[in-house]
Amino acid sequence: MDTERSVVSAAALTELAAACRAVREADPSADLVAGVTPAFVASPASTEEASALLRTAAGYGLTVVPRGAGTGLGWGAPASAGDLVVDMRRMDQVIEHAAGDLVARVQAGATMGYLASVLASAGQQLALDAPADATVGGVVATGTAGPRRFRYGAPRDLLIGITVVRADGVIAHSGGKVVKNVAGYDLGKLFSGSQGTLGLITEVTFRLHPRPAAEAWVTGDFAPSDLTGAAAAAAAAAGSALVPSAVELLWADSPDLLRVGVLLEGTPSGVNARAKQMAELIAAAGETPVVGLSETPFRWWEPIPEPAALGTVVRVTFWVSQLASVLEALAGAGASAGVRPAVSGSAGAGVLYACLDPAAVDDTAARFVSALRDRMSGVFAAAADGSGLIRGGVTVLAAPAAVIAAAGPDRPVPGAGLMQAVKDQFDPGHRMFPGRLGGS
Amino acid sequence: MTTAIEALVPRMREICGAGHVITDPLELRTYECDGLTSHRSVPALVVLPGTAAEVASVVAACAAAGVPFVARGSGTGLSGGALPHQDGVLIVMSRMRSVIEIDPVSRRAIVEPGVTNLSVSKAAAPFGLFYAPDPSSQVICSVGGNVAENSGGAQCLKHGFTVHHVTGLQIVTPAGELSWLGDGTGVGSGYDLLGAFTGSEGTLGIVTKIVVKLMPLPEVVHLLLVAYDTTSQGGQAVSDIIGAGIVPAAIEMMDALAIEAAEEAVHCNYPAGAGAVLLVELDGPAAEVEAEMSTVRALCEAAGATEIRAADDPAERAGIWAGRKSAFAAVGRISPAYIVQDGVVPRTSLGTVLAHIASLSADSGIRVANVFHAGDGNLHPLVLYDDAVPGEAEAAEKVSGAILDACLEQGGSITGEHGVGVDKSRYMPKMFGADDLDTMQLVRCAFDPASLCNPGKIFPTPRLCGEVPGHRRAAHISGHPAVAAGQAEIF
Repeated sequence: MDTERSVVSAAALTELAAACRAVREADPSADLVAGVTPAFVASPASTEEASALLRTAAGYGLTVVPRGAGTGLGWGAPASAGDLVVDMRRMDQVIEHAAGDLVARVQAGATMGYLASVLASAGQQLALDAPADATVGGVVATGTAGPRRFRYGAPRDLLIGITVVRADGVIAHSGGKVVKNVAGYDLGKLFSGSQGTLGLITEVTFRLHPRPAAEAWVTGDFAPSDLTGAAAAAAAAAGSALVPSAVELLWADSPDLLRVGVLLEGTPSGVNARAKQMAELIAAAGETPVVGLSETPFRWWEPIPEPAALGTVVRVTFWVSQLASVLEALAGAGASAGVRPAVSGSAGAGVLYACLDPAAVDDTAARFVSALRDRMSGVFAAAADGSGLIRGGVTVLAAPAAVIAAAGPDRPVPGAGLMQAVKDQFDPGHRMFPGRLGGS
Repeated sequence: MTTAIEALVPRMREICGAGHVITDPLELRTYECDGLTSHRSVPALVVLPGTAAEVASVVAACAAAGVPFVARGSGTGLSGGALPHQDGVLIVMSRMRSVIEIDPVSRRAIVEPGVTNLSVSKAAAPFGLFYAPDPSSQVICSVGGNVAENSGGAQCLKHGFTVHHVTGLQIVTPAGELSWLGDGTGVGSGYDLLGAFTGSEGTLGIVTKIVVKLMPLPEVVHLLLVAYDTTSQGGQAVSDIIGAGIVPAAIEMMDALAIEAAEEAVHCNYPAGAGAVLLVELDGPAAEVEAEMSTVRALCEAAGATEIRAADDPAERAGIWAGRKSAFAAVGRISPAYIVQDGVVPRTSLGTVLAHIASLSADSGIRVANVFHAGDGNLHPLVLYDDAVPGEAEAAEKVSGAILDACLEQGGSITGEHGVGVDKSRYMPKMFGADDLDTMQLVRCAFDPASLCNPGKIFPTPRLCGEVPGHRRAAHISGHPAVAAGQAEIF
């Protein structure tokens, strides 16, 4: 085995190095990525180099794990194999910022922070909440979106053009650099959230938004038992004509807090007036919530910590009319497993994250996941209309292997069979980030 | 009628009911084209299923017989996307037109594909909600067709296209199976097939239910009608408004010829003698819109406006919008025949391209009326000609094609909202390379390996789908460590 591997390795390394200048053998101690130690790490400097790399990898049947800054690698299932890691961080340029057109073309390895600094000089932004050190390609590949998804959507909603390298090394583009464009299939949508399993994203073009002149945060703190009040406030904020940019919920136990937070963006006078109206709206929901108002940013929304620090993270998605039932399901599942999850997320956009302290021992976390699935099945069943539509889902985003094993797999997502067919077409050898999107 | 079709007729009658299967040649003829009348093809058979299950059975029967099929909504498409297949079945969705459910708290509606665009907003209005995508044909076009084409409309500048407002689709796959894409939440799980399907022009399957996002009706809506001597002045105003960080709900422009046509058709009473008019609509919370409105007015004046009219009440606004929304049909008043073009340029290139269109027109003697979504650089030049004059149709076609070339030169697109269909597949290789088109068609192969679902649209050259999807190939090197170690690849 070892001999065979080294023969393949030596020949493959030579050819990979011919394809891309920055190729090295992996360092087993430093290059552990998504659960595997690769044989090689390559850092292409261009789409053409990336293409030559993947063509070579295809020739040797190498499994490939694309990576950016690594901020999202801990999410999702670990890789089941990974001979070649393609590190995109050398492709870190903003190729074009057409400020007058509110469009930017960016290499996949550029960080969100760097892109933001370039755009800020023209008073513009890419309206996504993602870690500043995450790469653009990583954010697209993972479909990362934060609080402002309520108004601006996820990466798929802001991406207007994409360049990818297929598993066989072929370079493909779709979309372009105009916002309005329906020519051809939208590969950008397909690759958003594909987690590196369909191919390698090397370049993306985004539509931009002007940075708002003013922002205000309105919060409502509810009694931790007043789940229906908090749910009503979030739904009212989300359904109001005051055009919030984010409608968040935070439910934690130290301190004991059940908070609905709303972000408003606009002109200074407009935001001021809307914030007061929003505060009234929130105050009218629930049993005497404490309403706060701030013109300066404060951290009512915390990014979800790294999964390694957390143990188990479960995402629950739902239709907003079910929010109170979802909160009850979370409380009930916690009670039955003897654990109190920290819950936060974009309640107004139908997504919450439940995080379990790493101190929660494995079977506690697994019992919580199972109990939550059961309770949410009841919530979804109550909303069923006979069409087969299940209005949401429960997804384990990260968890120790023992928890995943004990809790069992998530229910298949809608269209899973078609997704498999797409995977088979784009990556017939199943070499791109094998294992990432789960499976049994 | 081919023997394959003949054999299908009894099965179709069984599925849809005899009254909903059309075989009479005269009746079939009424379906020979969609909104693009220059392409015609009489379908071999027309069926009108009444439920999702019936659509699935119809498609399964076609798939089993190897007969191509094409879905059709209201038939208002402008690229021939619903052009029937002469040896195939046309599946008409007009019986499936109910709004199934409105969940006002979730701001979602579930509708059938034959529902008209405007009736979704009408059904949502009692809850203080509306459906944002607003193609000019919204009174008649179907939501299913909107999904197929990823339709836009004037308000998509601010509110986005159909793809941004659809959160779930029940589809019938080209194999005849019902499947949901997306669950209505709007939060993705796995590959974004919902996004890839939307705008695939009916080539990946047939939509049978649609979950759409509804938005709260804006507190206020203000519309400004601004007159200029030239389109370049109007273009300057557009750039200045966007540059000021304002995103209006819509910014539309019409040139003198388009104004003349609209005036004759609907007497919209636009300022007399204007070289261009700009329609700027702002919507949102009153507190924001008032502040933005004064900025927009000032910028419009600074760009050389000769007249500014404000319309705040719905009737006044409707009157002004009537001129714009009727523009395509209106040019029929001033020209015996015309081509509706749909190209996109980066907004900052609008002036360059309009000047180029003017010179194309002057050189060829073919008149071009310009109507466009100025805010997002989406041009709808109407190329006017007289089909009774020999050679004029060809000359008009040439001008129309040259306009697309000009759009592509500026980094734009051959279609912003009308789709590729049969009309523009020949332009696809000008915008995309062979590898790009090949890669797009991998999606097609995943959904429709037999290529029976609306074949011949979008792509100039169909891709052979090769091996059967799902078949897994062994790794290229037998001694590869991952294979040898038995690490099965899973997905």
